[in-house]
Amino acid sequence: MERMSFDLAQTPLRELNAFLHREASAGRVKQVVVTHPDGAHNIAVGLDCPVEVEIVGHAGYYAGGMNKLASITVTGSAGTGVAENMMSGRVHVKGFASNGAGASMHGGLLVIDGDAGLRCGISLKGGDIVVGGSVGSFSAFMAQAGRMVICGDAGDALGDSLYEAVLYVKGRIKSLGADARIEAMTEADHATVKALLDAAGMAHDPRDFKRVASARNLYHWNADADQEY
Amino acid sequence: MSSHDKPIAREASYGYDRQTLDYIRHAAAHGLYEIRGMGAKRALPNFDDLVFLGASLSRYPLEGYREKCSTKTVLGTRFASKPIELDIPITIAGMSFGSLSANVKEALGRAASEAGTSTTTGDGGMTEEERQSSKTLVYQCLPSRYGFNPDDVRRADAIEMVIGQGAKPGGGGMLLGQKVSARVAQMRTLPPGIDQRSACRHPDWTGPDDLAIKIQELRELTDWEKPIYVKVGATRTFNDVKLAVHAGADVVVVDGMQGGTAATQTCFIEHVGIPTLAAVRQAVDALEDLNMKGTVQLIVSGGIRSGPDVAKALAMGADAVSIGQGVLIALGCNHDSYFRNGAHHDATADYAALGTAPGYCHHCHTGKCPVGITTQDDALAQRLTPEVGARHLKNYLKTLTMELTTLARACGKQNVHHLEPEDLVALTVEAAAMARIPLAGTNWIPGASAI
Ligand code: SF4
Repeated sequence: MERMSFDLAQTPLRELNAFLHREASAGRVKQVVVTHPDGAHNIAVGLDCPVEVEIVGHAGYYAGGMNKLASITVTGSAGTGVAENMMSGRVHVKGFASNGAGASMHGGLLVIDGDAGLRCGISLKGGDIVVGGSVGSFSAFMAQAGRMVICGDAGDALGDSLYEAVLYVKGRIKSLGADARIEAMTEADHATVKALLDAAGMAHDPRDFKRVASARNLYHWNADADQEY
Repeated sequence: MSSHDKPIAREASYGYDRQTLDYIRHAAAHGLYEIRGMGAKRALPNFDDLVFLGASLSRYPLEGYREKCSTKTVLGTRFASKPIELDIPITIAGMSFGSLSANVKEALGRAASEAGTSTTTGDGGMTEEERQSSKTLVYQCLPSRYGFNPDDVRRADAIEMVIGQGAKPGGGGMLLGQKVSARVAQMRTLPPGIDQRSACRHPDWTGPDDLAIKIQELRELTDWEKPIYVKVGATRTFNDVKLAVHAGADVVVVDGMQGGTAATQTCFIEHVGIPTLAAVRQAVDALEDLNMKGTVQLIVSGGIRSGPDVAKALAMGADAVSIGQGVLIALGCNHDSYFRNGAHHDATADYAALGTAPGYCHHCHTGKCPVGITTQDDALAQRLTPEVGARHLKNYLKTLTMELTTLARACGKQNVHHLEPEDLVALTVEAAAMARIPLAGTNWIPGASAI
């Protein structure tokens, strides 16, 4: 059984996820196609093996949530929290992504061909996010580690309270959040952006990107520095 | 009498007492709010304001030492295919590795396992020590998501979605740099030594409708096996419990304002939230209103210290309680000495170095706990070995359980879960109104009916 197809108009979600957890993890299937997702939530969550899943259409909340090792493609758009807490593997949204895309990701690669909503990459703990379009406000809020490449614009308060994550933005940044600052791009940064764009299958000139990282002024309480807490 | 002989005026101000003067001076000197550990110190209506009506002629008591009184407790019966079965209705509250040492986490796990109850992870992820030592481990999903991962979700026995805690409803976590050791930093994916703030809102959901979908995600991820708890700090408890139930909780945990913390602004600890006594009543009302009492279990926490506290919470309608500060005190918190290598060692100088004394300490945030509980310093952590800690905690849990069954038997109950509000009366008007329990010697419940 190399390839399986699930029609979510006919099959309960629970059956699909249980199949992916048991049969795919046991190596009995390599590819799974999910048709008629029709915005259903929690499709292909908690996968733990290198299976390929194609969701043909639009997915609801948390598609590919907590993914490990699997490669999941959403051919349409994805709802809130796509690939949230992903540990490894790859999630590719060919359309747009809603709020909190890649929230708290620890690893893996999230590719969004279109725009992403508010709080993309919030609480990022590792891994990479590449957004072909723009991201909404509060993206990369408290992002701790990992990298984000934004080929379009960024909304308000980008990188607010950033820790060690690094953001690369090609377009306009409406405003930076507290403790985020624009830094000079190095050769290493250009190489990083190029590698991530290549991995995402996108073509841009890395020299057009700005680097945003933490000024690290909020790492320690300091009343005299008039910090905002 | 000359003006020199006039007595010095020593009329204390009620509004500007010594504590208030100290507070204003501290604020003026530092320009930063005070941060501290533990829970509310102010006087609040609490379970001491209730007493049991033991059986006499109108009720028949059970024989104290001979007749069986069950303490078995089952949590998570609503949707989970593997509910939690505990020997006692007293659980260990979520306290993070980071705020507590690894030794303490291990001691909690050992004692809880021996006593037949559960322990809970806390912010900062699951340590190997606590998973190995805990028979039943509840894994918290917090806004920070530090260390949160699907492998640990699967090896947990239940998952607790934390919306807030009694010490700081509406606030996020805090761990000052001195406690962010290399291991803590690695578990939280943060640079060591930084003052770390945790978010107060979850990153991937924002309201009760979203929460329902988030809970479904965790159920799908675990193939609907594990109970899902939702923990709220007590504020608008009636509405919050209803929303948690609507969102699909198997178990709701309500943490009153007496609940502790490892580090939070004092203004939060003392001025936000409602007392546990009031919160239990509201939570039970919400479950009854939804006809969910018995289907969704209720765990109550926040200032539960003794067997009578447990018994009263159960009588008011809780299915179990959860204890944090009492557990730390059983381990030696605020004790003047620590026990190591078969001998007691004086710790008063270490308290003094923190500017405090045994009995007054709330300095968990400093990471310099004189008795080795809330620290990441290796030398201090050695002051509490898992064996000694586990023994004391097990004794504490055993005592609480004995007191609980003693009171239940006195009320004629063969099962501690059969305790009921009718077994209680209130000693103060405030407690009567909050708990909706009649004032002793009367049938009066203030506010229960229109005047
Ligand atoms: S003795 Fe330790 S655990 Fe107790 S309040 Fe002080 S610092 Fe905290």
